[in-house]
Amino acid sequence: MPILELEDVHSYYGHIHALKGISLTVEEGEIVTLIGANGAGKSTTLRTISGLIRPRAGTIRFQGQRIDGLPPHRVAALRIGHSPEGRRVFPRMTVRENLEMGAYLQTDKAQIDRGLERVYDLFPRLKEREKQAAGTLSGGEQQMLAIGRALMSDPLILLLDEPSMGLAPNLVELIFDIIADINRQGTAILLVEQNAHMALSVASRGYVIQTGQIILADTAEGLQRNEMVRRAYLGEESALAG
Amino acid sequence: MSVLKGVASWGTAAPDRRRRAIPFVIAVVFALLYPFIDQAIGLRYIDPMVSILILVLLALGLNIVVGIAGLLDLGYAAFFAIGAYTAAFLTSPASPLPYRTNFWIAMAISFFVAMIFGVILGIPVLRLRGDYLAIVTLGFGEIVPRIFLNLDSITGGSKGINPIGKPSIFGYTLDASNPVGWYYLVICVGILSIFLINRMLDSRLGRSWMALREDEIAAASNGINIMGTKMLAFAMGASFSGFAGSIFAARFQFIDPFRFDFTISVMVLAMVILGGLGNTYGVIIGGIIMASYDRFLAERLTGWLHAIGNSTGIEVLTRIDLLNSRLFIFGAALILTMLLRPEGLFPSRRRAAELHAGEEEPEVFDGGTVLEQERQTLYDVEVAQEPTGEHGT
Repeated sequence: MPILELEDVHSYYGHIHALKGISLTVEEGEIVTLIGANGAGKSTTLRTISGLIRPRAGTIRFQGQRIDGLPPHRVAALRIGHSPEGRRVFPRMTVRENLEMGAYLQTDKAQIDRGLERVYDLFPRLKEREKQAAGTLSGGEQQMLAIGRALMSDPLILLLDEPSMGLAPNLVELIFDIIADINRQGTAILLVEQNAHMALSVASRGYVIQTGQIILADTAEGLQRNEMVRRAYLGEESALAG
Repeated sequence: MSVLKGVASWGTAAPDRRRRAIPFVIAVVFALLYPFIDQAIGLRYIDPMVSILILVLLALGLNIVVGIAGLLDLGYAAFFAIGAYTAAFLTSPASPLPYRTNFWIAMAISFFVAMIFGVILGIPVLRLRGDYLAIVTLGFGEIVPRIFLNLDSITGGSKGINPIGKPSIFGYTLDASNPVGWYYLVICVGILSIFLINRMLDSRLGRSWMALREDEIAAASNGINIMGTKMLAFAMGASFSGFAGSIFAARFQFIDPFRFDFTISVMVLAMVILGGLGNTYGVIIGGIIMASYDRFLAERLTGWLHAIGNSTGIEVLTRIDLLNSRLFIFGAALILTMLLRPEGLFPSRRRAAELHAGEEEPEVFDGGTVLEQERQTLYDVEVAQEPTGEHGT
């Protein structure tokens, strides 16, 4: 049984039909990526899963249980971690306070300490900046904090929205290495990315989304070899032509 | 309520609290000794101090809604009115209720009635933000006094309610001739309120209000119940005006709907902004400054200016009347605060960090700035290369 399953999900922004029947699955312990252009519906898919948008039709199942229509705090309570687009750290709270907010639903102090230790282990830089206001961090550090905060709830699945956005190439590689580490520790990941190249290098499977519909689903290797994907998302046509 | 459960492990909170306690103790001692100082010097400010401190109590409640949870409320006087009328109904011989209570029970009930009305206002505005929220609360602030005005069979309409039950303690009744007693009553209720508010701010609930103010979406995805948290902000913020309202009613022995108009809402909001959004002690000081100006400083200053004018022969000074330009001066003070010190006179640490982030060097150490520059350069290179990839399509 897949840990997360979307079946024919439709979402709207007012009258705009943003998701036109999205179906996808994420198996336990897997990294699945959703690639596509700006405005294709990638972030909307994640926001619909985490309850920030209520789908108008279709079902979303997490561990077999229906979660479509649940408010975001109930979804989070099921241990679905969401690191939303644009980082969205709490700028005036310190790094540590941000992480503690991530463990908002945890009542066990020992569990919170274990979470902090895990995050500081993955991102030593955050430990150095523990007492600094999150708004004064660099973009890369804020991204680390956003991922770390989502990990504090000890999620079974992590929804990552554009972790590479606006980052320098060396930082992008660092972040993707850490994403792979998190996954090796047993967390399933649904990764939304514009940087298809990096996303396919860590994922086992991928979906291509275009104007609110899944147009292609395959293994990561399959997508990397796919002519259309190479042309549209990996920007390699000139290389092929040459 | 499980949300009120304190969490001892909130980061740096514990040493902070000890440091915060010192000025607090000094302030409390000063507040308790003030009537003696006042009498020794012959200031005779005790009577206006009672009105001032009632306004400060209101500012403490509004600070929860506006300063901590970041929800702009322009109709706060409505809760003040609800608190005052609740106390009046429960204690006045003119009340339509079949039974009366003593002042203390009425004060406690006012607290909860104001809280319930906070929830009632909270429900319809849960989905609103910013300007829209401000407009709805403004409407609420206008509606409530109007209801009290028009339900004249119950509230006495524009004639108001009089008299109102006085508090008595150990067989000793507080009445108008005893301002020092009233002063101590407000101080005690104020200390109780500060204690309750601080407990709340250090709890999970306080944290979720701050998270809500900083980023609603991030708060929701961390598991915070946005609707419930907002409603509790309105409810808890409103409840403290129940204390203020009942003391106000009992102190002045007469209430009518005109005492709870928009200027009260604006003045209390101005106190919160001037003092420092989110900082309890800043709000108290800001409140005392503004309310003192309103209650007696304007008058004294006018007197002094006239005296200076007369003795120096500068005629303009003798014609200034600061009392009539009270609201003008509040407005000017608000504008100046916003321009020169938007975080207020005594900001909370977080506000200051946010509003002055661009001006000072962030506390970067271990070559962080270098990293930032490096990042920028690398990013520029990346952008410059991008067109090559896209040319093919």
